[in-house]
Amino acid sequence: MTNKTNNKIAFVQGNEVCAEAALYAGAGFYAGYPITPSSEIMEHMARRMPAMGRRFLQMEDEIASLAAIIGASLTGHKVMTATSGPGFSLMQETLGFAIMAEIPCVIVNVQRGGPSTGLPTQAAQGDVYQARWGTHGDHAVIALTASNNQDLFEMTVEAFNMAETYRTPVIVLIDEVIGHLREKLQMPDPDELEVVKRLRTAVPHGVDYHPYLPREDGRLPMSDFGDKHRYNVTGLYHNMWGFPTTDPGVIDGLIHHLIDKIENNLHQITRYKEYYLSDADCVLISYGCSARSALHIVKNRRQRGMKLGLLELQTLWPFPAGLVREKCSGAQHIVVVEMNMGQVVHEVKRAVDHPERVYLANRVDGEFITPTNIKNVLRVIMGRGV
Amino acid sequence: MALQDYIRSRFFPHIWCVGCGHGTALNALLRAVETLGLDPSDIVMVSGIGCSSRMPGYVDFHTLHTLHGRALAFATGTKMSKPELTVLVPMGDGDALAIGGNHFIHACRRNIDITAIVLNNRIYGMTGGQFSPLSGPGVVATTAPYSTYDPAFDVMRLAVGAGASFAARGSTYHVVELQQLLVKAISHKGFSVIEVLSPCPTHFGRRNQQGDSVEMLEWLKANTAKLGSKAAEENPELITRGIFVEDERPEYCEQYERILEQAREG
Repeated sequence: MTNKTNNKIAFVQGNEVCAEAALYAGAGFYAGYPITPSSEIMEHMARRMPAMGRRFLQMEDEIASLAAIIGASLTGHKVMTATSGPGFSLMQETLGFAIMAEIPCVIVNVQRGGPSTGLPTQAAQGDVYQARWGTHGDHAVIALTASNNQDLFEMTVEAFNMAETYRTPVIVLIDEVIGHLREKLQMPDPDELEVVKRLRTAVPHGVDYHPYLPREDGRLPMSDFGDKHRYNVTGLYHNMWGFPTTDPGVIDGLIHHLIDKIENNLHQITRYKEYYLSDADCVLISYGCSARSALHIVKNRRQRGMKLGLLELQTLWPFPAGLVREKCSGAQHIVVVEMNMGQVVHEVKRAVDHPERVYLANRVDGEFITPTNIKNVLRVIMGRGV
Repeated sequence: MALQDYIRSRFFPHIWCVGCGHGTALNALLRAVETLGLDPSDIVMVSGIGCSSRMPGYVDFHTLHTLHGRALAFATGTKMSKPELTVLVPMGDGDALAIGGNHFIHACRRNIDITAIVLNNRIYGMTGGQFSPLSGPGVVATTAPYSTYDPAFDVMRLAVGAGASFAARGSTYHVVELQQLLVKAISHKGFSVIEVLSPCPTHFGRRNQQGDSVEMLEWLKANTAKLGSKAAEENPELITRGIFVEDERPEYCEQYERILEQAREG
């Protein structure tokens, strides 16, 4: 981030940052349906995309929104939709289609309180497991998050890059606090962040193109609808031409491919930040808005000589279990800070050597979790009373 | 191009039962495409789930076999993102009008240049013969063993009421007429709905004493009449065939081009 030239500094809302980052990453098509607290993403796109010659569409519901961007991804566009809890629930079937048919797309979920209509205007982080397991059947998925505007910009660009690299939907899982928080954004220069282009096939016209035959590196070059290669896309198990099959060998190969292409690239997909971890005997693990309060308490306690550290996860899925285990290896206490009844905490317990040392500091009443909330949990863990 | 060049024969035999009308409808559709001289690389066929929705697998266009009821939503994204493509959407009656009803009326309302082909066999065939929103009352189905009492949609009135600028009905008995209707539906600028009465001897005919495929075709011959014909006027019970609406109205993608211009000018 040095030698910046013309980059602008803006005071903007997280939702707008997410939308701008999508445009930076080359999003050419957006479809959505209004829902609090994500609507500003859609409104920003409605204003900006036509002015940039790109395409924006308001659909009749969230099912149709995700369906429409998949239809547009196949004609060669980078695509995005954004929603919140109830809309994300509606998208689950179509999300599974995008996974099965290997369609690059980005889905933003600005989390609010659930279940059901829940708390439309208030924060929660209750959709972590839904992002992982919301659609039916075995699958792998990528979900990224961020705790501030600058990181949100980068993670949204990363989401587009990973969608193209792995030919898969990528979920940007932020929350109401981050979506509505106004803070500084230093707009990256046009070439400052890496932007992955769509990989298109080099197979010439007239030669049989296999849309679902992975290369040696596991990637599948695409061909746009409207170009000369004509092929089938389906949500059924399919062969290398994309035609439905019930051949056990082909089915076995495809499900392994869909999972391996993500799980085997865990190291390339993992994004995180760490603060004061080298000598920490108490490690906080957090993400999204909760990581802001976690970082505050870590800095505050360090000033008093307590050895607190923070591991901030930016990749939630695939879960970076090895990283968590390594970073927690010297910790006497591990505290997961999140705004739900305990989701990432279960993954952390499965990852670390001493699950009995893992605690949850949470808040689920719609109010933002504060440093004091975390401090109170730390006092109990360390035997100092509330 | 020869008709067989539009077909992916490597994936045959197809899944449709003996006597199913869908193959005849596909024949008429491909002949319509041939008549219009369309390049297969300019055509996208999008479908949902059901017997009719297996059609895309067999045709050598760009083909997208999606989710039950959602074909028009996928197709809307495809068309909006590349308006120069010709987008054809075959759907079953349950697919288009039960689970897909919301997408259907909104596609009509937008008047986006897509051709929706509703293959109406009045039954859910793939799942084994349950009644659909087009079965109408008095039909025996696996989920209506004592007969249906659900009223049916009138697809033509629904499409027109929702804003489709072209609506027509044909049958797989009247194949040449169907082909001509499809030519008009595809060439029409705007959202076209074409309902095709297509027999399902396996699940509808067998349970409803309509006999085999030949008898079901005879039924179509005897129970339908051309719109505006003397037979139709004399007997309002007959199902009418022909073009119900053919209007010129602003098309959705063209309207978006105006928005692009307006936004560019600032």
